[in-house]
Amino acid sequence: MHGAATAGHREDGVTGPAPTPPAALLSIRALRVDLRAEGELRRVIHDVTLDVAEGESVGLVGESGSGKSMTARAVARLLPEGAVTGGEIVFDGEPVLTLRGAALRRFRRGGIATIFQDPAAHINPVRTIGDHLTEGLRLVRGVDAREAERRAAAMLGEVGIAGGERRLRQHPHELSGGMLQRVMIASVLLDEPRLILADEPTTALDVTTQSEVMALLSELSRERRLAMLYITHDLELAAGVCDRTAVMYAGAVMEVQRSAALNDGPLNPYTAALLAARPRVDARSDRLEAIAGRPRSAFEAPEGCVFADRCPHVEDACVAERQELRPLAGGLVRCRRAEELRGRLGHA
Amino acid sequence: MSGALPIERVIPPGAARRRLRGRDPLLAGCVVVIAALVLMALLAPLIAPHDPDASDILAANEGSSLSHPLGTDSVGRDILSRIIHGARLSLLGPALVVVAATVGGVAVALVTAWRGGRVDTVASRVLDILFAFPGLIFAILAVAMFGTGLVAPVIALSIAYLPYIARVIRSAAIRERALPYVEACQVAGMSPLRICWRHLLPNLLPYVAVQAAVSFGYALVDLSALSYLGLGVQPPSAEWGRMVADGQAAILNGNPEASLYAGMAIVVTVLAFNLLADRLVRRTAQ
Amino acid sequence: MLTRLAGLLLTLLVASVVIYGALYLAPGDPSTLLAGNKATPRTLESIREQWHLDDPFYERYWAWLSGAVRGDLGESFTYKQSVGSLISDRIGTTTLLIAYAFALVLVGGVLLGIVGALRPRAGAGITAVSSVGIAVPSYVAAIVLITVFAVELGWFPVFGDGTGFLDRLWHLTLPAIALALAWNAYVAQLTKAAVHEESLRDHVATARSRGVAEGAIVRRHIVRNALIPITTVLGITIAGLVAGTVVIEQSFNLNGIGSLLVQATSSKDFALVQGISLLLVTIFVVVNVGVDLLNAALDPRLRTERRP
Repeated sequence: MHGAATAGHREDGVTGPAPTPPAALLSIRALRVDLRAEGELRRVIHDVTLDVAEGESVGLVGESGSGKSMTARAVARLLPEGAVTGGEIVFDGEPVLTLRGAALRRFRRGGIATIFQDPAAHINPVRTIGDHLTEGLRLVRGVDAREAERRAAAMLGEVGIAGGERRLRQHPHELSGGMLQRVMIASVLLDEPRLILADEPTTALDVTTQSEVMALLSELSRERRLAMLYITHDLELAAGVCDRTAVMYAGAVMEVQRSAALNDGPLNPYTAALLAARPRVDARSDRLEAIAGRPRSAFEAPEGCVFADRCPHVEDACVAERQELRPLAGGLVRCRRAEELRGRLGHA
Repeated sequence: MSGALPIERVIPPGAARRRLRGRDPLLAGCVVVIAALVLMALLAPLIAPHDPDASDILAANEGSSLSHPLGTDSVGRDILSRIIHGARLSLLGPALVVVAATVGGVAVALVTAWRGGRVDTVASRVLDILFAFPGLIFAILAVAMFGTGLVAPVIALSIAYLPYIARVIRSAAIRERALPYVEACQVAGMSPLRICWRHLLPNLLPYVAVQAAVSFGYALVDLSALSYLGLGVQPPSAEWGRMVADGQAAILNGNPEASLYAGMAIVVTVLAFNLLADRLVRRTAQ
Repeated sequence: MLTRLAGLLLTLLVASVVIYGALYLAPGDPSTLLAGNKATPRTLESIREQWHLDDPFYERYWAWLSGAVRGDLGESFTYKQSVGSLISDRIGTTTLLIAYAFALVLVGGVLLGIVGALRPRAGAGITAVSSVGIAVPSYVAAIVLITVFAVELGWFPVFGDGTGFLDRLWHLTLPAIALALAWNAYVAQLTKAAVHEESLRDHVATARSRGVAEGAIVRRHIVRNALIPITTVLGITIAGLVAGTVVIEQSFNLNGIGSLLVQATSSKDFALVQGISLLLVTIFVVVNVGVDLLNAALDPRLRTERRP
């Protein structure tokens, strides 16, 4: 079953419209994750299939509990202890989930760097900004201290922090949240990754700095032709920043499309519902369409289609069988009635 | 150890409301041991095989026998009987300290948590000063003042332990006071005293129980240390710390039993109370 | 920092009033203690004058405190010697004992705690052993050690403080172990908890995601940050070891400050009790200041004011 989905996706990757280059840098296939909670395993991801090509930015959008952050943690190999995984994650031709010891460390220093949600918690509060920035260079890459500091100060300038030399001596609590996230971005760029995992990088910041930091991250990664997997709950922001956008619900990818196409022609009723539920500036509307019911986690999702119990287009057959991700209109969709509903799902 | 081991146990917030049901054999074991110790103290004259103070110089330093299961000490007194009778004074002192320090500590905690502001600041300062005195030193000072015996050290330790209990209960009480139901009671016109007594205190009881259990262990260690030093319970009264000291001379002649058995009684009791506190923390925290 | 320092000075001042006041208020007439029961009223009179027993409290307290600041703690009536010289004769043994025990706690407690936190399998055993260790009072540990290592095996001397540095270390080995045992267990438990807590921090995941080697992560991020709570625990430990010497010096017949305090208390030698108590409380306060300074050095958040 997963095989079919895999083949479908590959085919789509090749024949699909540009700008998706042929070979995927990161490829997630039928990923499944169970976490241990109170002695029993709980499913948090039941089927994630997604590709990120070299230099491409992909948005991964979902409500809280949809499993989007867990997906990022699985890719970075930062799942909590006792987690059980299935399926496959391949980065640059190497399977990631089975890496151990020295090979795992080589993978981490080589290709993927993570920008975390809360920079204040993710930067050691008792060490200096300089320590944080140069740690990767000095300890992992063996660059000497003076050269590492020079590069770090220069990189601070690039992320828009003036007075680099002085900043290196400061401690995290002396900087604002927005500044710290810039430091985090600088540290990630210093490590010269090929893929950036950005896990809700602006959620912990206040609204005015959010857009600045996002613009900076997007610009710098584009400039360096870095691939990015951008995890967010904000569909519009993802579509605005990323080449392609994937939508997750209850631990499964529901739809993947080019961002431009997603907005006007959602293929999955869930995406359509998400689009209808956000406030719009350009269209007048007296009320927002809320999605009936509350979001489901993977372990409490219905047997058949995971969205079946909340979907306005549900039929008996939807409840009966699990749906697979399949290609449609240059994208991927997980919905029985996708062809039938196509064109009717746009926001009213 | 004797002296200043801090007697605080940290309980995560909200612990009082989430209680774990189910079995805990270790907890049950602690309760059984403590109950047995209390019974032993209460029923000492009935269950002790011999008069604890009757010495028989001809039967000194005897090994274990049917008539003397733990043997006899250097003046021929039955060790088992002395340990059974010793439980009375050994447990009475710590019990008094725990009751006094807990009542005082909880009162201080409730008042400071309820009034806040200047009352809280002043009380915290005074408690800070009290922290500078380890309980044992405080108790020795009291003995220098009032002479040897149990009374002065019990009062001194009650004062010395009060700040530890007050500090833990105070922070729990401040969290509890911030909960919406307290305000609801106030709006309903309940008096502060009534709210504290009927609602705050019952919700703080798990914290109080844990602190009391830990304090008991340390009070026992400190009080028997004083008796061991000859500053507390005076001979010939049976008390475990005193017995450890009395038996020490015989160790050199190869007869360590009197000291070791008394020491064992102390360790078992302290361990039971410490583990009880640990299990209570776990039970309320999960 | 300055307010903290002022607070500690205030604590010290209040403590000195309590120490002095407590014995001033003690029931019984010190002059009869000094002269014995058979003294004539005349001798009592002269003693009262000699010891300034009829002066008002604040005058006597002030004379005592200003003397104490100059190092003059008065005279012991049992030894007929100055309290200062009695203390200085014995302080070496006590200091060495405390330092020895503290070294054992550093090596044993802190190291065991770190290992216990990083190796879950060893951790369970360390927790079990240390729970028992905490429950063993120093004087019970002392008699067990004397029974086994001094009497049965004869490896160590039973009593006394020895002469010359190595011989003294030799004599102080069992006392130091007895004194350190429960504190070892206590420090091991709290160190383990602190290190475990730090190992779960988000910034540790950051370092791990960058491919930093595990050893460097433990050093630079886990243990480095856990040093802050560990320092506080070690401060409490020093204070506890100081108080513990009072008991353990008695167990091993050591001629130190602790056994001097016990003798002074038994014989109601107030000047001596006051002097030693003041010294001990001063040590506790100084240790507190030291811990505060160390914590400020270890934690930049305590050094600089938070900027918005």
